[in-house]
Amino acid sequence: MKRQRFFATLGAGLALATLAACSGSASTPSATVPPSPTTKVTGTVEFWHFFTGREEAAVKAAVADFHTKYPDITVNVHGGQDDEKMLKAIAAGQPIDLALSSTTDRAGKFCQSGAFKDLKGYIDRDKLDLTQFPDAVLSYTQFNGVRCTLPMLSDVYGLYYNKAMLTAAGVTEPPKTVSELTALAKKLTVLNSDGSIKVAGFVPLMGWYENAPAHFAPSFGSKWLNDDATSAIGGDASWHDMAKWQKDLVDYYGVDKLTKFTAGLGQEFSADNAFEKGKVAMIIDGEYRSAFVKDEAPTLQYGTAPFPTGDSHTDLYGGGYITGNIMGIGKGSANPEAAWLLMKYLTTDTDAMVKLANAIKNVPTTKAALTSPALEADENYTTFLKIFGDPHSSTTPASPTGSQYQDAMADFFTKWQTGKVSDIAAALKDVDKQINDALALATGP
Amino acid sequence: MALALTPRRAGSVPAPLRAKRRRDRLTVLAFLTPWLIGLSVFFIYPLISTIYYSFTRFDLVTAPHWIGLRNYEFFFTKDPKVWQAVRNTAWIVAVLVPARMIFGLGVSMVLTTLRRGGGLFRTLFYLPALAPPVAATLAFVFMFNPETGPVNVGLKSIGITGPLWFNDPAWAKPALVLLGLWGIGDLMIIFLAALLDVPKDQYEAASLDGVKSWQRFRYITFPNIRPVLTFGAVTGVIAALQYFTEASVAATVASGKANVGEGIGTTLGYPDGSTLTYPQWLFVKGFSDYALGYASALAVLLFAVSVIFTVILLRRAQAFTPTEESLR
Repeated sequence: MKRQRFFATLGAGLALATLAACSGSASTPSATVPPSPTTKVTGTVEFWHFFTGREEAAVKAAVADFHTKYPDITVNVHGGQDDEKMLKAIAAGQPIDLALSSTTDRAGKFCQSGAFKDLKGYIDRDKLDLTQFPDAVLSYTQFNGVRCTLPMLSDVYGLYYNKAMLTAAGVTEPPKTVSELTALAKKLTVLNSDGSIKVAGFVPLMGWYENAPAHFAPSFGSKWLNDDATSAIGGDASWHDMAKWQKDLVDYYGVDKLTKFTAGLGQEFSADNAFEKGKVAMIIDGEYRSAFVKDEAPTLQYGTAPFPTGDSHTDLYGGGYITGNIMGIGKGSANPEAAWLLMKYLTTDTDAMVKLANAIKNVPTTKAALTSPALEADENYTTFLKIFGDPHSSTTPASPTGSQYQDAMADFFTKWQTGKVSDIAAALKDVDKQINDALALATGP
Repeated sequence: MALALTPRRAGSVPAPLRAKRRRDRLTVLAFLTPWLIGLSVFFIYPLISTIYYSFTRFDLVTAPHWIGLRNYEFFFTKDPKVWQAVRNTAWIVAVLVPARMIFGLGVSMVLTTLRRGGGLFRTLFYLPALAPPVAATLAFVFMFNPETGPVNVGLKSIGITGPLWFNDPAWAKPALVLLGLWGIGDLMIIFLAALLDVPKDQYEAASLDGVKSWQRFRYITFPNIRPVLTFGAVTGVIAALQYFTEASVAATVASGKANVGEGIGTTLGYPDGSTLTYPQWLFVKGFSDYALGYASALAVLLFAVSVIFTVILLRRAQAFTPTEESLR
C-alpha cells in the first residue's frame, strides 16, 4: 500500500512537472519590426563580453566614448564572461542586454535557440546597410536565415615567423607550402645534448596553442559540412593531406619529445608565450598576437605571412582562417533599444571600430573601417588585412550542434598524432558518424 | 495486567487522546516544515524535472521537446566518449578510494605510535587538506611538469627519466592519485580519532597473550575501527563518482591551451580523454554543447548508480556500529 502511494505521488509529480515544462512558451526568435522609440532612449545596458586585461580596457574606452555620445544611457560592462556563462545566464532569465561572444562556432546555437534576439526588425526599421560588412563576415553572423548577431572585429589566422632565426638559417622568405614549412622547421630546430628539443622550428601537435583543424583547414581547402549540416569530412581527401603532413612532422620530432617540450613552455596568453620567448620559430596564430608581442616582447624580430598551403593546394595561398567576435541582444534584455544603439555603435561606427582595432589589433569588420586612414597598419598587421580580403579565406560553418563537429575532428587528431589510428579512412568515417549522430539527436524528430 | 498489554483498537482510542496525537503530529510537522520545503524545492522538484528533461531535447533556452528514450539510446549506442568517461570514473573509484583509505590508515597508525612530535606531524599531514583544490592542483601540475618541474628535475639528477605525468594519458590519473594522497588530511584525522578510541585494555590483554602485531591489527584494531573505515569508503566512493575539480584544473593547465571566451569545456579530459570523468562529460554536454536533455539523462543514470551505493550503505548500516560479534 505504501509503495502504491509512493508511485502515485511520484506519478503525480511527474505529470505536474511535465505540464509545467510543456507550458513554457517556445521562444523562437521574433522578427517582428519593433516600433521606433517615441521618446529618447535612456536607461542602463548590461554588456557582457569575454575580453580581459589590456583588451578589456580598450572595450571600456569604446564604451566610454559611447556614453559621451549618448549620455542618457549608462553601460555596465562585465568582462571575462565566456559563452557558457552567458548562455546559462540568459537561460536563467538574467537581463543580459548585450553579449559579445568570442567565437562564431555558437552562432547557430544562439540564433536557432533564440538566446539572441532576431535583429531583422531593428535592421529593417533603421535601414541598416548590411553591405558595409564583407560577405564572409555576414555569413558567420547568421544561421538559417536568422540574423541574431552583428560582427564586432574579426580574427584572422596566419603564420608568424622569427626573422632572426630564419636569417641565421640563410632563409629570406617564409614557406608557402607545408613541405617547405616542414623542411624549414627541421632546419630551425635545435636539440639539447640529450636529444631533447631546445628550440622547435614548428610545433605540429594538434591542440597546442592555436593548432586546430579549423585553423589549418583553409590551407588545404578542407570541407567540414554539407548543406544539410551532415559531415563532409570522410568524403574529402584534403583531410588526409592535412593529417599526413601533420603526422609526418610529429613523427620527425617524436610525440613524447614534443609533449615534454610543450609542457615546459609558457601558457599561450602570457608573457612566457613560446614564440615571444624564441622557443618556437614559427607558429600559426591570429592577428592579435602582434599586439601581445608589442606589449610583451617588443624587441622580437618577427614577420607574418599567410599560412602555407597543402602541396596540392597552392592555388589557395593568400587565404586563411577567419573567425570573429559576434554580438547579440539577449533574449531577456530589459532595455533592447539601448542595447541596439550600443550594438550599432560598436559594430558600425567607423571611428569606434578603428579605435578598437588599433588597440586590440583585431581586424575591423566594416569596409569603411578596413580602408580608414586612421587604421594603424604596419607590415605585419597588413598581412592579416590582406588575408581577410583574400577570396580563399574561409570560416567554419554554423551548425545546430555548435562546435561539436570540430571537437570530433580534434579528438581524431589526438589519436592520430599519437599513432592510435591505423586506418585513417575508417577513422574519418567514424568522425562522420559521430557528427551525424550528434546532429540527429539535436535536430531529429 | 494482561489487559494493559492488549493492543487497543484504533476505533476505541478516546477522543481527547486522538486530539492530543493529532496536535503532536501537527507540532512535529511544523518543526519539519522548513526541512520539507528545502527537500521539495532543492531535491524532489529538481529530481523530477531532471527525469522529465531526460526524455526531451532541451537547449536551456527553447521549450523542451519530448523525444522519448532517444537520449538513453544515444547514451548506450552512439555517444563516442561517454564510456571513456565511465571507465575513468570507475578507475578513480577503484584506485583512488582504496589508495586514500590505505594511505590514510597507514599514516594514522604511524602517528599513534609517535612518542614525540605527534602534534607537529599531525598538523603537517593535515595542512594540505586545508589548501583549496584548485590551488593545490595548480601547484601539483607545476611540480610535476615533465620538463621544468622539480619532481622530474630531481629524478633526472639521479639518472631517472621521469614520466610526462599530467601530459601522458597513462600517467595523468596516477598523478591525480598522488594529489589525492597528498591531501589525505581529512581522512587521516577521522581514522586517527578512531584509532585513539580503541580500548587500551584490549591491546594490553593481547600483549600479555603474546599476540603479534598483525594479529593485533586483525583482531583488535580492525573490528574497532571498521565502522569508520566503512564510512570513509562510502563517502569516498560518492566523492569519486562526483570527481571534477582536480581533473579539470589539471587538464586545463597541463594542456597549455587557452580557452578564452569558450569556457572550460574545450580542455576537459586532456590528455587524450584520460582525465575525462563522468560528471565532466555531463557538464560538457549540458553547458558546452547545450544538450541539456541528454545531460539530464546522464544525470539520471549517475543518480541511479549513486542510489545503488546508498542502498548498499543502508543495507550495511549495522557496519557503522561495532557489534559484539565484530568485537569478539
